[in-house]
Amino acid sequence: MCSVCGCGEGEVRIEGDTAHGRGDGHGGAAPHAHTHHHPSIRHDGLHHWGEGPAGAHAPGLEQTRMVRIEQDILAENAAHASANRRYLEHRGLLALNVVSSPGSGKTTLLARTITDLSRTSDGDGLRFAVIEGDQQTTHDAERIRATGAAAIQINTGKGCHLDAHMVGHALESLAPADGDVVLIENVGNLVCPAAFDLGEAHKVVVLSVTEGDDKPLKYPDMFHVSDLMLLAKTDLLPYVDFDVERCLANARRVNPRIKMLAVSAKTGEGLPGWYAWLRATRAQVLAGREPTPAPAERS
Amino acid sequence: MRLVVHEMALSASLLRVIEDSAAREGFRAVRTVWLEIGALAAVEPEALRFGFEVLSRGTVADGATLRIVDVGASAWCEACARTVTVSARFDACPLCGTDALRPTGGREIRVRELEVT
Ligand SMILES: Nc1nc2c(ncn2[C@@H]2O[C@H](COP(=O)(O)OP(=O)(O)O)[C@@H](O)[C@H]2O)c(=O)[nH]1
Ligand SMILES: [Mg+2]
Ligand SMILES: [Zn+2]
Ligand SMILES: [Zn+2]
Ligand SMILES: [Zn+2]
Repeated sequence: MCSVCGCGEGEVRIEGDTAHGRGDGHGGAAPHAHTHHHPSIRHDGLHHWGEGPAGAHAPGLEQTRMVRIEQDILAENAAHASANRRYLEHRGLLALNVVSSPGSGKTTLLARTITDLSRTSDGDGLRFAVIEGDQQTTHDAERIRATGAAAIQINTGKGCHLDAHMVGHALESLAPADGDVVLIENVGNLVCPAAFDLGEAHKVVVLSVTEGDDKPLKYPDMFHVSDLMLLAKTDLLPYVDFDVERCLANARRVNPRIKMLAVSAKTGEGLPGWYAWLRATRAQVLAGREPTPAPAERS
Repeated sequence: MRLVVHEMALSASLLRVIEDSAAREGFRAVRTVWLEIGALAAVEPEALRFGFEVLSRGTVADGATLRIVDVGASAWCEACARTVTVSARFDACPLCGTDALRPTGGREIRVRELEVT
């Protein structure tokens, strides 16, 4: 439950939202990852207004008038996303929104990354907090917890994307410590997660070599909004008809700035490049960290 | 199936925008909703109509007609050094024919206006 607004989450369940609490060692007050804009944002889905079913008015008899609105219906998500982003930047938290088709290897890659980079002896001693958006089960969150990282599952029910409001609540429950890396595994879907900013620093799109090198052209929006493409399961390249150069050319066609790194979470091939990207990106976030929250942004 | 689910979420947001307006403007019923949808918004209009119809039952927008206005997408043409309007991501510049435009807009789903009583 939201400590700011006391809202429930409707169909969406955030695992451990009440039981988990916060502060297991991190201390401090509620992070207020998102600022609710009550009363205009409601959480009850359907708010009943007026005297109920139509028929109360007689069409054609009453005077009509026009009301100018000019409002994007995604503005509500944008407001939550910018609140999340302010919170993350203020606390030096690098947040990555990891998107892909189902089964591309997101969870496997994240678990291996966490294992490799969180070691204190020969690793970087990084701390990770993971928001799992995969559907129906808490299986993926359990796989992540097996690495020792904190993870929270958001069950989106039949939902097809995470939104910034859900992520704000998940951040509240997770209460990551300053400087942690927040990994968000989005719902396996290459379409609508592209339209929902969660407040992350970067979207990272995972494409496995079993999926076909024309995928960037089939789902251009996702590749357009992503800063990094991780070409996954490269150990399978000898067995599939996948042209790495053609894939990169296709991705560049929809996003000339996109970077590509080829990795295999199974053999470890290419992982050093991904880890270097992650370290460099985190360094940018820490360098840009502001001592005080940024002034309110336009939503 | 995915698309209907997605459009249900969008329909719920649309209804919130309408209900907020009803609270501000004090109208009792909505006859018509004009909704502008960009060419890159990844919205299935029929699924959106369905979601809106289902979710608006018993609300101020019960029975309202949803009029969807396709507003295309905007893109920057380097050759012309100006913003142009296109109807799909890979369209060429309508002015000079260059086909490496950089999309700059077209994801919007904007409630333009309401006809109310
Ligand atoms: N050969 C191979 N298989 C992989 C690799 N990474 C993941 N997989 C397999 O791909 C399947 C889906 O992986 P998962 O991480 O659950 O994908 P997600 O749905 O994107 O989270 C599992 O059977 C994994 O074992 C890899 O690098 N190489
Ligand atoms: Mg997964
Ligand atoms: Zn809330
Ligand atoms: Zn969706
Ligand atoms: Zn041109």
